[in-house]
Amino acid sequence: MTALDTPGTAQVRLAADRVRLAYGDKVVVDDLDLQLTDGSFTAIVGPNGCGKSTLLRALGRLLRPTGGSVLLDGRAITSRSTREVAKVLGMLPQTPLAPEGLTVADLVARGRHPHQSWLQQWSSDDEAVVTEALTWTDMADLADAPVDALSGGQRQRAWISMALAQGTDLLLLDEPTTYLDLAHQVDVLELIARLHTERGRTVAVVLHDLNLAARYAQRLVAMKDGVLVASGTPEEVLTEQLLAEVFELEARVVPDPVTGTPMVIPVRRLRR
Amino acid sequence: MTLAAPTRTPASHARPRRTLRLGPVSATYRRRSLVVPVLVLLLLLLVAALSLGRGDYPISVPEVLGALVGTGEDTVRFIVLDLRAPRVAVAVLVGLALGVSGALIQTFARNPLASPDVLGVTGGAAIGAVSVIVLGGSGTTAAGVLGGLGLPAAALLGGLVMAGLIFGLAWQSGIDGYRLVLVGVGLSAMAQAVVSYLLTRSALFDAAAANVWLTGSLNGRGWDQALPLALALLVLLPAALATTRVLGVLQFGDETARALGVRVPLAQLAVVLVAVGLAAFAVSAAGPIQFVALVVPQIAVRLTGGSRPPLLTSGLLGALLLTASDLVARTALPETFPVGVITAVVGAPYLLWLLVRGRRRSTL
Repeated sequence: MTALDTPGTAQVRLAADRVRLAYGDKVVVDDLDLQLTDGSFTAIVGPNGCGKSTLLRALGRLLRPTGGSVLLDGRAITSRSTREVAKVLGMLPQTPLAPEGLTVADLVARGRHPHQSWLQQWSSDDEAVVTEALTWTDMADLADAPVDALSGGQRQRAWISMALAQGTDLLLLDEPTTYLDLAHQVDVLELIARLHTERGRTVAVVLHDLNLAARYAQRLVAMKDGVLVASGTPEEVLTEQLLAEVFELEARVVPDPVTGTPMVIPVRRLRR
Repeated sequence: MTLAAPTRTPASHARPRRTLRLGPVSATYRRRSLVVPVLVLLLLLLVAALSLGRGDYPISVPEVLGALVGTGEDTVRFIVLDLRAPRVAVAVLVGLALGVSGALIQTFARNPLASPDVLGVTGGAAIGAVSVIVLGGSGTTAAGVLGGLGLPAAALLGGLVMAGLIFGLAWQSGIDGYRLVLVGVGLSAMAQAVVSYLLTRSALFDAAAANVWLTGSLNGRGWDQALPLALALLVLLPAALATTRVLGVLQFGDETARALGVRVPLAQLAVVLVAVGLAAFAVSAAGPIQFVALVVPQIAVRLTGGSRPPLLTSGLLGALLLTASDLVARTALPETFPVGVITAVVGAPYLLWLLVRGRRRSTL
């Protein structure tokens, strides 16, 4: 673990401060604290409906908290303009929608939107950033292909390329591996891990696969019923006791033979 | 003005985007989206010149052009400039407004079946116009108010009121495209019912006049209709073009658009206001000419390629469709038909042909 990952020693970029999140009258997350430090890679895990995607939406300013606040670089995110936030914080929703006929290059180019103005619609900087993003995500050969003609894995790559072109320090991703086969899940997570290590992005990602989460993230955050149950290194969080408590799953946890990170072997569902 | 030639970067296959730079202004373009509108514009000028020449007193295209620049005989100039030009101008302006309005609404609703008709503009305008026609002579207070308003103004008012109603019902801290379309369908059906009621209560002569208005017609249209529409376009067309960049991001859906720095409700409001305004002015000038706003953006996007109906090309194509249809309606047929009949007959088969030929799905 790097020192960067320990809260307190590195600068906190994004924080949830006693947030309460609700859809109408239904409170989904209550009184939750979370801090994302500069350069960290956090995976948020938890059973379906535990509020992890809701939390991510609030962190990305897509949902206004009904209590508490989300702080971006120490200032309430809701007090900042949408464009100002979009220059610092990028977010990919769970299944982003690309209109039919849009090419990969056009998709990635839209990532420059927060940096453009009505007059200056396309600078040579934009051009350079988009070309670089396409090359870096290995999408340059597909630049002129329509997004709707791509495979699921390529499509996710294209969206990550757009997020890269947006040039934000922080990046939030909601289940980026959904609907992908295992090989493409690994592929996409490798790409996100490279964004973190090579490009210095601060990353938070909602993931379902615990073994992959433990392998790629520096820090895991486990949620259940809108409450943050555990937070720490994968070794600290992924214990047999926590799996029983949070996922109602009897499981063995063994070291991953490849990376040594914790690996969950499910035994059976615990009924309560 | 410089058009930057695309240069290949050896390291990658990614083609730099064609960029237009004009001092501090820069924008990207693709070749097809420049060539198509230019061709459509040339075709439009040709058809308009033909239309100015055809009629009971035929005038050749060179003579028409002469009259337009101020030379030629007085009779010819009178016929071209005073008799025929106003009507052609209304056709061009109405087509332009409907084409751009349709492109805005279809992109916004992410639905190729969306059009100003669906947004209730047409239904509301129909109530306004038919009320004037049917109640105009009845001597009641309502008739006095409506009569004083005049038909185009009553139609404009009806369209705007109805659009406002649909807006209010569809608004939930932002506008969802599907919800907007559903609310529009519901309220349009109610407007239809009101129009039908008015028609059944009306005298036969009034009902016939109302029916012609309801088909959409350019008969008897002149500068009185063209000028307000031209003024509206002067404001609304630049406003529509200004939304282009934000439309491209709104297409990704609300969440991604917000994540890319767009103030979604504000942007949505701007887009729909411009679209509704364009449609309301067009309908008030010529009646609800069906099909132009629906079909023209779909034809335009198939001609230019890309991910959404191009605004300017849709407008020019709308103008072309309406001008050509009016020319046919006036001259090629034994009797004069309302132009709305022709736009459907010309536009629908062309769209069907494009649909059959193309592999593109019928979604946006």
